[in-house]
Amino acid sequence: MTDTASPLVPGEAKALLAPPRPALSHDWRRIVRIGSIAALGQAFIALSNMPVRLDERLIVKPVLSLGYLVLLFLPLAVGYRQGHQTVREGVPVFRPGLNEVVGGFSCGLIAGGGLAVLAVLLANFDLREPLVNWSPILLDLLAFGNQAWFAAVIWLAIGAGMGTVGGVLRLLGPTSRRAVVTMAIAVAGAAVLESLVVDLAEGMGLEALTDRLYDRRGGVNWNSALGLAGVCGILAVAGRGRLRQARSRHAELQGAKRTQANAGLMALAAATLIVLPLFAGKLTNELLANVGLFVLLALGLNVVVGLAGILDLGYVAFFAVGSYSTAVLTAATSPRIAPEMPWLVALIVVVIITGLAGLFIGAPVIRMRGDYLAIVTLGFGEIIRLLFLSDWLSGWFGGSQGITMIPAADIFGLTEVSGTDPRRVFYLVLVFCALAIYVSWRLERSRMGRAWMAVREDETVAEAMGINTVNVKLLAFVVGAVLGSFSGAIFAAKVGSVFPASFLILVSIVILVVVIFGGMGNIVGVIAGAAVLIGVLGGPKQPGLLIEFSEFKLLIYGALLIWMMLARPEGLMPSVRRTRELHQQEMAQDAWLRGEVDDDGGGNRPAGPPVATQS
Amino acid sequence: MTETHAAAAIAAETGPPLLETKALSIDFGGLHALNQLTFEVREGEIVSVIGPNGAGKTTLFNAITATVEASAGDIVFEGRSLLGLDPNQVTSRGIARTFQNVRLFANMSVLENVMVSQHCRTKQHAFGALLYTKAFRREEAEIRQRAEKILSFFGTRLVGYRMDQPAFTLSYANRRRLEIARAMATQPKLILLDEPVAGMNPVESAELTGLVGRLRDEWGFAIVVIEHDMGVVKEVSDRVVVLDHGEKIAEGDYAAVASDPEVIEAYLGKGTGEK
Repeated sequence: MTDTASPLVPGEAKALLAPPRPALSHDWRRIVRIGSIAALGQAFIALSNMPVRLDERLIVKPVLSLGYLVLLFLPLAVGYRQGHQTVREGVPVFRPGLNEVVGGFSCGLIAGGGLAVLAVLLANFDLREPLVNWSPILLDLLAFGNQAWFAAVIWLAIGAGMGTVGGVLRLLGPTSRRAVVTMAIAVAGAAVLESLVVDLAEGMGLEALTDRLYDRRGGVNWNSALGLAGVCGILAVAGRGRLRQARSRHAELQGAKRTQANAGLMALAAATLIVLPLFAGKLTNELLANVGLFVLLALGLNVVVGLAGILDLGYVAFFAVGSYSTAVLTAATSPRIAPEMPWLVALIVVVIITGLAGLFIGAPVIRMRGDYLAIVTLGFGEIIRLLFLSDWLSGWFGGSQGITMIPAADIFGLTEVSGTDPRRVFYLVLVFCALAIYVSWRLERSRMGRAWMAVREDETVAEAMGINTVNVKLLAFVVGAVLGSFSGAIFAAKVGSVFPASFLILVSIVILVVVIFGGMGNIVGVIAGAAVLIGVLGGPKQPGLLIEFSEFKLLIYGALLIWMMLARPEGLMPSVRRTRELHQQEMAQDAWLRGEVDDDGGGNRPAGPPVATQS
Repeated sequence: MTETHAAAAIAAETGPPLLETKALSIDFGGLHALNQLTFEVREGEIVSVIGPNGAGKTTLFNAITATVEASAGDIVFEGRSLLGLDPNQVTSRGIARTFQNVRLFANMSVLENVMVSQHCRTKQHAFGALLYTKAFRREEAEIRQRAEKILSFFGTRLVGYRMDQPAFTLSYANRRRLEIARAMATQPKLILLDEPVAGMNPVESAELTGLVGRLRDEWGFAIVVIEHDMGVVKEVSDRVVVLDHGEKIAEGDYAAVASDPEVIEAYLGKGTGEK
């Protein structure tokens, strides 16, 4: 996990090595603590019904289902984690040895104990009343069809086994560890992304390959799993360090060369995104379109939260206003007025309407700060949805029935974009994402962008330095609103109908999680966040690649977010500035350790000999 | 005192008041932070405001910059009242300030700190940036040039590689310098410096004292300084205003104020011999 101490300091000094610790010299209380947490986690996962629901999905054909896989993860993780040593400057690190293996074994054993105890309890008590998943099916799953005592024994063994594997991972050198991890990820990835791989292979005429890789009933074949693991392992060993080399080479590039390299990378990404959908089937294109819609929303929210630092918890309001105004303007079935505009014409009006909505919602909200502001935006997000739902306005927006039969978006008479052809939707989204990226990129590097930064840093001082904070923040709000409305307009045309239920507060939360997870303030990060969360796990209503997980999506979102905040609060691909904000002190300390500190005038330094002052 | 100092001092005698507070009072609940304070600053003048802790010096600054609201009286800048304005409007009228407890935009680079402070003097809005117009590019270049010029006022300390470093990496003295640079970037007529040499060693405060004089001589700012260091006050000020319990108890040049018995009493308490 985080055994490379800090990604912030390039060229981290190599840790000093001390001989391995004796096998049994452990801080046993720590082992018990870590193990017990994992044990509780195991029981929680089991009782969340995840294993039972996911048992259908096979990962490796006869051996492993996704349901069991989720129960193997925690013991492995704690087994690995317990051997973690913090690397401190000048303090030696113990070479990993038997100690780590024993520790991993113990942690895993305790973690497995969680399920063992659960199995015994399941067999003897009936707690179905508070715990709805307390069922014989779960016991059956845990016991592999045998008695409860068998479950207890087998899970202790499995836990200990996985924990030991985790401990052994510590013993491996970096190369072999990389190989093992790559192999595991490759097999799990191939299995989990099965539908995507099959879909893409079909598009490219490579069915023969996927037929060999996957079983007919789903899941990777045992033989192919071994083959895939082997290939990936070899690739990992052969290619070790290449990525890092490339990255550091890229980081060293200066000026025009760097711009060139970046342009090249962007062209490559753009080309991939343009070509990929041609080979992808409907399923993948649908997925891409959904991801694109959320990228668009996340880019809009990123302007508000990431650049201007306004924590907006009601961003869905603008998505809703965009969707509803598109529906009213284009659909023939719109209850009160139905101008039946073409989509592109409507879009112009929609932009104006949402811009005004941003202004109206923003004006009262923006005068508040911090927590108060967040709560008020949360309220406004709900108010907008409730207005669309209300009887009062049902003559306009159809209340809970919503507006249906929204026509396809007509693009200059060239094509019609609707949900029946997700590929076109994706291309349309792509165009607007490009626009949103351009807008945020330009604004960030302008007078307004700097003012947003200043407001984010210290509002009072920004005000004292002559920045009209209200105007500047309102602008961020309106830009965010307009970008959100694009997504709403496409959404309306894609789905063909809008209901208040599509604009739950959950959408706001998910978009915010995408932004935080990806890396606030960084465009690439936001896109990566949307791809990972929406693409793999799925949006609030949209299925992702892990269709099976959709029931547990929010649970996983929450867990991911907690882990992220603890381990890497700046997000997946952070902006340099955010990283600075979150790690200011560490970075200042590191600079001091490297002797790079600006020290021509420390306040508490004793008065030295008179220094010639330059003037 | 150099000749320019003397010339400026003469100008100060005769020029119109740049800033005037008229019977300014500020109450926090029952506490009179400022009571009927009347004082003025003329163009090109350096005025020191001194007084014991809690005398109302920073409150005076906060009132001028509209951070706190005046309870009674008036603040007039260039003949127009400042009351009812927002802080940013006061800044665009031409009053800039520094903060007692250095408050930089810590994660913005040194250059960005100065660039962003020109906000109220520049006008390119979002559309210019989006369309990347010629006017936008010209203004960006101007902002940058001006920022670099201001930073070079502090010698080599804030320029070169340091311009692109985040402000939090600066040393304490350099942070104070950057605060002044930021105030300069708002293109003010009057700068309010809140304890510019607090926490500095004698060498640094001597340097900063010289800097205050140069700010006036080379840039033509009028300056109000809150300062505790009497050496600095003696060196820089054309005039000294002494506050105690929110009231002005003395005013005049340094020598007169320093020998004023009421001032001595305010600082040292009543001498036992006088009883």
